[in-house]
Amino acid sequence: MNTIARVFSYSVGRKLIMAATGLFLIIFLVEHLIGNFLLLKGDGGAAFIEYSASMVHNLLIRIVEILLFAAIVVHVIDGFALFLSGRQKRSQRYAVRNKSASWTSRNMIVTGTVILIFLVVHFYTFFVPYRVIGTDATIYDLVIEAFSNPYYTAFYVLAFLFLGLHLKHAFISSLQTLGLRHLKYDRLLQIIGTLYAVFVPAGYALIAIYIYLKTA
Amino acid sequence: MSKTINLTLKVWRQSGPNDKGGFETYSLQNVSTRMSFLEMLDVLNQQLIAEGKRPVEFEHDCREGICGACSLVINGRPHGPNYRTTTCQLHMRHFKDGETIYIEPFRADAFPVVKDLIVDRSAFDRIMAAGGYISVNTGSPQDANNIPVPKPKADKAFDAAECIGCGACVAACPNASAMLFVAAKVSHLSLLPQGEPERERRVRRMIEAMDAEGFGHCTNTGACSIECPKAIPQEFINRLNREFLRASFITEITDD
Repeated sequence: MNTIARVFSYSVGRKLIMAATGLFLIIFLVEHLIGNFLLLKGDGGAAFIEYSASMVHNLLIRIVEILLFAAIVVHVIDGFALFLSGRQKRSQRYAVRNKSASWTSRNMIVTGTVILIFLVVHFYTFFVPYRVIGTDATIYDLVIEAFSNPYYTAFYVLAFLFLGLHLKHAFISSLQTLGLRHLKYDRLLQIIGTLYAVFVPAGYALIAIYIYLKTA
Repeated sequence: MSKTINLTLKVWRQSGPNDKGGFETYSLQNVSTRMSFLEMLDVLNQQLIAEGKRPVEFEHDCREGICGACSLVINGRPHGPNYRTTTCQLHMRHFKDGETIYIEPFRADAFPVVKDLIVDRSAFDRIMAAGGYISVNTGSPQDANNIPVPKPKADKAFDAAECIGCGACVAACPNASAMLFVAAKVSHLSLLPQGEPERERRVRRMIEAMDAEGFGHCTNTGACSIECPKAIPQEFINRLNREFLRASFITEITDD
């Protein structure tokens, strides 16, 4: 077997895939959030519509988009596969479960599954009409329509809470798997990770709540 | 100040590797809080022998926290509730009067139960045989300081070498991963010039052996470091991953 195939056949290699795709998604979340801030401009959505259209027509963005979908698919499939294989390593379970590690680190599969369900809803609401089947409504109209529904908004806010819990462990864990933690600036990395896990999901949630309140 | 407590023990009993096993409940009266956990089990066994029952089998050796023979998962925690403590160094003063204590073996498919609380940890020996060594020529002793080792690196290598190979990391891990153990061994040797010749093949072969023995993957929960009686930190898992990447993608000339 050649070196690269062999590397990714190991458990450590499988985790490298999780970490690399995860870090890519972490970077994407920042880009998406910055774009969403255009919704707050109060210009009837003109800036957001223009931004969305420019993304669709940008070749580089389209290529990155394919990578993004690939990263999501690989992250989800490898995540579930690893979870199931991990379960099989202890067929006789403990009567008393160990709770020493943080809740977030022990429940990545739970928070990840909630995010996956969120993604399905998210794509169904925006990506499918805007990009797949086509619609007369602008992307801004779709946003306003979706978030005027309190249940839809509440579901988003809940999903972002789970996203935050997922990211809390994800950030430092992905760095550790890639061997990028460093004794000399580990504290800084941990602070960045925590700030990221709090403020990025909070930003998304606040935009959702803002649009709901504005349309209500 | 001698104090005694009464305990209810739920102990995992399994007559052999193929037995299904299950919990037995025992009541133990007037346990001195000065006893160690293993001494408490000795008292229980004496009581069982007097009743004509089969005593509980458990592993122990030095009883001073350095050999790695003792194990047990006590109320869900490998080596019990105390930080940086082996079961043999855990004392009954950390338990309350009237408490119910669950005692289970280290559970992992790679650590099959031999009998009761004893598990077969020879998988660790096979991982060590795969690469946890250095090559040295025996013969006349070298001059002292023939191979210079900077003090901070020697200290760090020693931190990793504190691992006693007890397997608590595997017992604590949700995926029964042996990453912390392998990380400690790989880090210990890769930090020292003596470990340099086998550096790349060691990390690869030990990870290969770890997977082959049926240990799970690492999700960086950190439970291993919390339960480790030597508190081997997560930084060595970071270092293991880095060694693995270095051996896989950076070092061009390797011996396998």
